[in-house]
Amino acid sequence: MPVNPMDLVAVRGVSFAYHGTPVLTGIDLAIKEGDFLAIIGPNGSGKTTLVKIILGLLQPTEGRVELLGAPPGDLADRSGIGYVPQKATHIDPLFPASAEEVVAMALLAAGRAGRGGGRGRVVRALRAVGMADFARWPVGHLSGGQQQRVFIARALVTSPRILFLDEPTTGVDAETQAAFYDMLRRLNRDEGLTIVLITHDYGIVNKHVTSVACLNQRLAYHGSHAEFCRSDVFRAMVERGDHFISHEH
Amino acid sequence: MDALLAYGFLQRGLLAGVLIAVACAVLGLFLVLRKDAMIGHGLAHIAFAGVAFGLFLGVLPLAAALAVAVAAAVGVMRIKDRAGLHGDTAIGIFSSLGLAAGVLLASLARSFNVELMAYLFGDILAIEPVEVVLTLVLAAAVLAAVRLNYAKLLYMTFDRESARAAGVPVGRLDTLLMVLTAVTIVLGMKIAGILLVAALLVIPAAAGLQVASSFRGAVRASIAVAVLAVAGGLALSVALNIPASAAIVILCFAAFAAFSLRRKGRAARPGRG
Repeated sequence: MPVNPMDLVAVRGVSFAYHGTPVLTGIDLAIKEGDFLAIIGPNGSGKTTLVKIILGLLQPTEGRVELLGAPPGDLADRSGIGYVPQKATHIDPLFPASAEEVVAMALLAAGRAGRGGGRGRVVRALRAVGMADFARWPVGHLSGGQQQRVFIARALVTSPRILFLDEPTTGVDAETQAAFYDMLRRLNRDEGLTIVLITHDYGIVNKHVTSVACLNQRLAYHGSHAEFCRSDVFRAMVERGDHFISHEH
Repeated sequence: MDALLAYGFLQRGLLAGVLIAVACAVLGLFLVLRKDAMIGHGLAHIAFAGVAFGLFLGVLPLAAALAVAVAAAVGVMRIKDRAGLHGDTAIGIFSSLGLAAGVLLASLARSFNVELMAYLFGDILAIEPVEVVLTLVLAAAVLAAVRLNYAKLLYMTFDRESARAAGVPVGRLDTLLMVLTAVTIVLGMKIAGILLVAALLVIPAAAGLQVASSFRGAVRASIAVAVLAVAGGLALSVALNIPASAAIVILCFAAFAAFSLRRKGRAARPGRG
């Protein structure tokens, strides 16, 4: 399959097994610039594994991946990638990092701080997620939703082209979740940021994303959200009574 | 103060002690936050084998301990990865082996003597000029290595997976941290002794963490505790004729206890540190 230059991610024939147990089989997936893609599927369907393979954190047993035009392990400059892992907010509450230090970590590690330690960029990233007033707060003293915003700011501070989020609002209240996804939609629509979101909440899928990848060891569906709602995969999910939260669309 | 100005051995002890205190305080913060606090203890036991090896061969024990501890630090990392062991298990294996080898070599060299005791329990006032120079050079190298990799070490200590995704070479930095710890432990042996040197890595860092609300604040507090404990311990040792290593560790603990009490009475609020 030829690589489309508009594809930020190209996954080709990827399989992965953990101690001989297949987790992913024959996955082909392309993520285009400007996509807001939701990866959905039941527990253990391989969603997190797929994202980790795309990021180069796990090596596939078969197949290959290109991220921003190169195999993920060969990317010298990874500042174009933002990542907020699952359970990012399960941090050590005693860790003495302020919100601005957490955001600056990504900038400094990427060698992009420049003069003054990149404080201006850090403040802008915190402002973009509505956390500028909490810059000096110890991150362990913030609520789960506030911490999540700080981690998004850290992922955004290097001005990435693509942002990966693994179940970012687990344990966050409904009001904070709504504000959080509005912010993501704004970043996608206004800044052109490509977003890949792993989620269990089909309500979020209905309301915010532009395309859907449904995974259950194999890729059961990948296409636009509108087509997904008319697909057999979606109908089967509804008939099975999968966790489905209805939102007006 | 008069004694400090009058005696070269006091000046050497203070200079070497302060350098080691700073290196221990900075490295200790990373180790404590990574939940690797016991690595210092394990590497100190391994360094004991190096001291005994040096005495056995008749070479500078500090140099022999340095070689053995650094080799063991790299070995621990390799065995941990290849054998799929937890870090504390690998350290447990190597530290026991180090202690056993040390006892055996010291016995063969018939060197269970004053010199060995100085390494076991520390003797900051017996530091030789060559050891001060070695300490100066290596402590500067340790601090420079941490300074160069500060952002990456902090990132991977806080969130290892995100750091990996951002391209931080976590495996290489794990090994670097272990090697720097091994070097610092060996340098600290003469000050606090093999049995107590790990306290210099752990207690100032734990004390700093009680009061700081930013990582830089924790670094400053940790360094302040370590340096004041070494200087205070040395002063108490001279004034009261007590072992400096014990005085240093007790002063570190006193700072930890005081900071813990202060933390207890403090409500969550924006940080200034």
